[in-house]
Amino acid sequence: MTDLTKLTLAEARDGLTAKKFSATELTQAFIKAIDAANPHLNAYVLATPDHALAQAKASDERLAKGDARPLEGLPIGNKDLFCTYGIRTTACSRILDDFKPRYESTVGQNLWDAGAVMLGKLNNDEFAMGSSNETSAFGPVVNPWRRTRNGKIDNAKLVPGGSSGGSSAAVSADLCLGATATDTGGSIRQPAALTGTVGIKPTYGRCSRWGIVAFASSLDQAGPIAKTVRDSAILLGHMAGHDPKDSTCVDLPVPDYEAEIGRSVKGLRVGVPKEYRVEGMSAEVDALWQKGIAWLKDAGATIHDISLPHTKYALPAYYIVAPAECSSNLARYDGVRYGLRVPGKDLIDTYEATRAAGFGKEVKRRVLIGTYVLSAGYYDAYYLKAQKVRTLIKRDFDNAWSDVDVVLTPTTPSPAFGFGEKAGDPIAMYLEDIFTVTVNMAGLPGISVPAGLSGEGTPMGLQLIGKPFDEGTLFRTAQVIESAAGRFPVPNRWWA
Amino acid sequence: MQVDEATVRRIARLARIRITDEEAKALEGELSGILAWVEQLGEVNTDNVPPMTRVADMKLKKRKDEVTDGNKADDIIANAPMTEDHFFVVPKVVE
Repeated sequence: MTDLTKLTLAEARDGLTAKKFSATELTQAFIKAIDAANPHLNAYVLATPDHALAQAKASDERLAKGDARPLEGLPIGNKDLFCTYGIRTTACSRILDDFKPRYESTVGQNLWDAGAVMLGKLNNDEFAMGSSNETSAFGPVVNPWRRTRNGKIDNAKLVPGGSSGGSSAAVSADLCLGATATDTGGSIRQPAALTGTVGIKPTYGRCSRWGIVAFASSLDQAGPIAKTVRDSAILLGHMAGHDPKDSTCVDLPVPDYEAEIGRSVKGLRVGVPKEYRVEGMSAEVDALWQKGIAWLKDAGATIHDISLPHTKYALPAYYIVAPAECSSNLARYDGVRYGLRVPGKDLIDTYEATRAAGFGKEVKRRVLIGTYVLSAGYYDAYYLKAQKVRTLIKRDFDNAWSDVDVVLTPTTPSPAFGFGEKAGDPIAMYLEDIFTVTVNMAGLPGISVPAGLSGEGTPMGLQLIGKPFDEGTLFRTAQVIESAAGRFPVPNRWWA
Repeated sequence: MQVDEATVRRIARLARIRITDEEAKALEGELSGILAWVEQLGEVNTDNVPPMTRVADMKLKKRKDEVTDGNKADDIIANAPMTEDHFFVVPKVVE
């Protein structure tokens, strides 16, 4: 039999429907692949094979009865930021310890209700704070891709991006058919770009945030990382939807995203913002951008130069808003109600000792920045100022939408980097999100689609940004890029 | 904005995170660096610009003011590090 793990989600769905294999066989293939790869890649922080096989068995029964749901029997990975009933959820922080939620995230529940099978919990940067997955309490994830230098494969470990580095690595290494992920400043799109996978952050409010460990509530959104544009459309369609438990989740019908695949982009107006041509952007990223422009033009779209003048202020404003909201959200980890507790001589001492032991370096840094900018006398100068700048960033896009339907940019300024290369300099790491963070600040949808390889043979992505709740146009346009660029499977399974 | 060690310690106290002398020293430089970097926002004129509240102009949803949940004491304390019956146990706060 062919290697089932190499199938796309759509192909696996068709194979199950045609009874070419069973959900149990499919799930077993992934369990085997995870066993072999995880000691090398560290993509999963918890594999749940028994849980997966029980779900697969139930799926096989439904498939046999002709009672299959849309994602029946399709094995996926779940980022450890999503609470799972009775299954350890840590956000990859020591402070959550052995936390076993007594509830399921709404996005997760939507997927299981559609028939999907959960293979396990995926690694991420601690509380989703990072761009390389190096801040995880479970250790870093290894990118399945390796550089080629002077015609030889370089064995130096590369990062898979972050914070959804477990999701991106697992999808590119064929350790699941697709994965859940979250994006606060680029945490779906940047790891997708660095691993040759597709990742979409939908419009703020498209997916429920209920049951997802909170980082920065006005920016956080869930979305999928997948092997193809079609797979990402299928998955988002079953993650999104109204949820009365999240007051910011919109009550709008979820369109048939998969139906967008293959639709023409003839006459579509594509904006190219001059402010994204930043200093230090590598020549190959620029060349990739030009290729993307040419592909869309060939498909009948029209290209328009646009200006988003406040772009350069998005990242500094983000590093006020996100830490401020995180310092507030993470106040709940007090060693009293759940998670780690380090006893102290009194209650405050217990809080301080617990949080000192439970939070990692980057999380502490951000909680402290956030505490500072929200402290007495500084709120107006920092947080309020940053929220006003956000309005201006959104207005830039609102103005652009009168001339264009979608915006095309690179996803990241450079391809995957090595372990430790940026860990010593917080601002260098923050710059990873320079092209993605504007989208979160404006609450817009953005998709990253793999588009080419760097000179070192590692993948690079292009980003499409859409109007609020116009994910459909993103899927349609991203498919044009995927069809032109081809797909980028990992050339060599060196871990197997 | 230059942050001194006393300020780092004050913030850490507010954030309820105990820090070592070594951490305080390192954070002094890191926080100063980040705050100096975000100061470029001062270049942007934000007079008469309202702060952003959300992406689309939409009314915040409301629901009926009624109890929809409850009787979950076992669930609520299930993950607590120290409990007694249905209570969280903490060090003595009031003498």
